[in-house]
Amino acid sequence: MRRWLLILTLLLPTTLLAEDFDVSEFLFGHVSDAYEWHITAIKGKEISIPLPCIVIENGIHVFTLHHAAENGYTLNEDGKLVNAQTGKRPLDISITKNVLGLMIDSVLLVLLILLCARWYRRHDVLKEKPTGIAALMEPLIVMIEQDVIKDAVGPEYKKYSPYLLTAFFFILINNLMGIFPVFPGGANITGNIAVTGVLALFTFLMVNLFGNKHYWKDILWPDVPLFLKAIPIMPLIEILGMFTKPFSLMIRLFANMLAGHIMLLSVIALIFLSAAMGPVLNGSLTVIAALFGVFLDCLELLVAFLQAYVFTMLSAVFIGLAHQHPETETN
Amino acid sequence: MSLITPDFGLLFWMVVIFGIVFFLLAKFGFPVITKAVQKRSDHIADSLKAADEAQARLAGMAEEHARMIEETRLEQSRILKEASQARESIIAQAREEAREEAAKLLEHAKVEIAAERESAIRDIRRQVAMISVEVAEKIVRKDLDEAGGQSALLDRLVDEASQAQIPN
Repeated sequence: MRRWLLILTLLLPTTLLAEDFDVSEFLFGHVSDAYEWHITAIKGKEISIPLPCIVIENGIHVFTLHHAAENGYTLNEDGKLVNAQTGKRPLDISITKNVLGLMIDSVLLVLLILLCARWYRRHDVLKEKPTGIAALMEPLIVMIEQDVIKDAVGPEYKKYSPYLLTAFFFILINNLMGIFPVFPGGANITGNIAVTGVLALFTFLMVNLFGNKHYWKDILWPDVPLFLKAIPIMPLIEILGMFTKPFSLMIRLFANMLAGHIMLLSVIALIFLSAAMGPVLNGSLTVIAALFGVFLDCLELLVAFLQAYVFTMLSAVFIGLAHQHPETETN
Repeated sequence: MSLITPDFGLLFWMVVIFGIVFFLLAKFGFPVITKAVQKRSDHIADSLKAADEAQARLAGMAEEHARMIEETRLEQSRILKEASQARESIIAQAREEAREEAAKLLEHAKVEIAAERESAIRDIRRQVAMISVEVAEKIVRKDLDEAGGQSALLDRLVDEASQAQIPN
């Protein structure tokens, strides 16, 4: 009888013990950009890395978020710095969490690739097999260049492979660092539309700046019946297509990475949400959430690679389309 | 929604950072690596081709070798055949010569034998003649010694001589 009572009390909600848990703030706080890098909270004391806010409005103002009010700035409902008096967004080039993450990941990437390149400079490839960092990077580089870039771009691939390889490794390292939960990982960089937008912009430039005569003819005067060109329906569609291709790249990477982060965080949020439902439910849900989290982490590892691969491949395909020759296209 | 509105600051930094990363990697990173890898794969391809050629040459050499052995064997058998032919012909020639020599000798011998026989016959004849003369002398002498026998003998001799002269 006493045992039943114990079980019943275990099943009782423990709302009094648990704090109110704001799921929305938990999720969006983790996936969106911030003016400081929040690491954890110990006994209610927030531990975070302060980052410089740089605002250009009648001169350059540099301060940390704690001193925003002293400089006449405050945060709006989106968590962005605004002028405290006018409520307008100033020109804000702060080193935010994502910017710092980008910098750290970029330094890592540059080190990784340049050290690998240094190995090739210092060793004779005809006499030695790659060791260390070269052995790590070479298969990946060769796979991307030979299987993706060469096949998709065509004979002129050598000119574009540095850009496409850079894009691939840049996305890959940012994706992977995004999965890693503590500093310097955990920033949702490739799940941010500004980042994917710039990547897509670079691809757009690569495609359109170096497109050949045939590519532009296909856009402005395609091989379709005249009435489709006289009223410029086809050219309009083609010009729209010029922009939708990189746009799709931007949205695909952004949405996939953001969704992955939100999925993982939702599973973790389950633990905190169920805290109010009693120790038994909370305990069992914690086990389930942890197991599900492991699964999702593995899935995210796959997605991290896959999205970098897909972005690179589609960019290569778009570049390849801008370099077709009429005689190769006839069949 | 701040999630789908790109933030200017992040755009700015992303362009700067990605630009720098792109510049560094495209200038000092990937071309070095891809060139080295290309160089190695070319080298491997060349080596494979060279190995193939060497193997082909080796096979050609083995063929050449076999061909040479075959040629040598043919040459050998030809020489043997020639030698045996030469032997045959030499033997045949020798036999022919021997035969001729023998024939010549035989001829010579025959001639000599004939000459010998001729002279022997002549000798015999002469001796027979001399013996006959001696016999005749003895007989004549005996007849003459006998009385009355001389004239008879003379008669008979004359008869014989005259009879002998008739066929001439």
